[in-house]
Amino acid sequence: MTFEEIKSKLKLFTVGIAGAGGLGSNCAIALARVGIGKIIISDFDIVDETNLNRQYFFRNQLGIKKVIALKENILKIDPTIEILTNDLKLDQTNFPEIYKECDVIVEAFDLAEMKQMLIETCITNFPDKPIVLGLGMAGYGKNNLIKFRQSENLYICGDEQSEIGINNPPLAPRVGMVANMQANTVLEILLNK
Amino acid sequence: MKITLNNRIELFEQNKITISELLKLKKFTFKMLVIKVNGELVKKNNYNTFEINDGDNITVLHLVSGG
Repeated sequence: MTFEEIKSKLKLFTVGIAGAGGLGSNCAIALARVGIGKIIISDFDIVDETNLNRQYFFRNQLGIKKVIALKENILKIDPTIEILTNDLKLDQTNFPEIYKECDVIVEAFDLAEMKQMLIETCITNFPDKPIVLGLGMAGYGKNNLIKFRQSENLYICGDEQSEIGINNPPLAPRVGMVANMQANTVLEILLNK
Repeated sequence: MKITLNNRIELFEQNKITISELLKLKKFTFKMLVIKVNGELVKKNNYNTFEINDGDNITVLHLVSGG
């Protein structure tokens, strides 16, 4: 497929991104660059200085809502992308309504509990919808540990073991690797449709 | 019995085991898990009673924080 063909096909699809942190912001930017039609993104947080080591925000956006800042950054790349933002904390009650129209859902939370909530909610409400997970990307190096596997409708990107901690922070290169693997997986799913 | 665990074939002497026994045998020690058996979610409070049988397809996900 030529890039023009890829772009015109991707224009037809809606991708849901749950969380606009390290995974969500970088994944959204990659999807925006290749021309996804519509992105639905949710997060309750504001841009903080400590986010700038890995998240796709800028110093002049400190203090503003992440979903607003991300929408701004996406539109700078492609003003034709439709972006639906939700400034809220996702839970099992509001999640199904917000993401039901998506062709693919990208899990981009930081906390394990939230990842669990998303997976359980999706298996229960959307058993056939493709869900792309980011699991394990803290620290640096260890390129070889980062992998990909599929289990039915769950697509898993990451090393599945590196937990964040004071001495194992999430950093731009490795978080970006997994976020871009997620975006790459989304393309593979959508372009094979 | 023969089962598929995370896309790999595993053989066990027993004819059936519970999820809890499987986790112990395979040394899954993480606290946050998501477990699917033949596509169906198994909730944590059923790990002690839910039985795995020959031919089942099991996915165990460790949920690690970070993103």
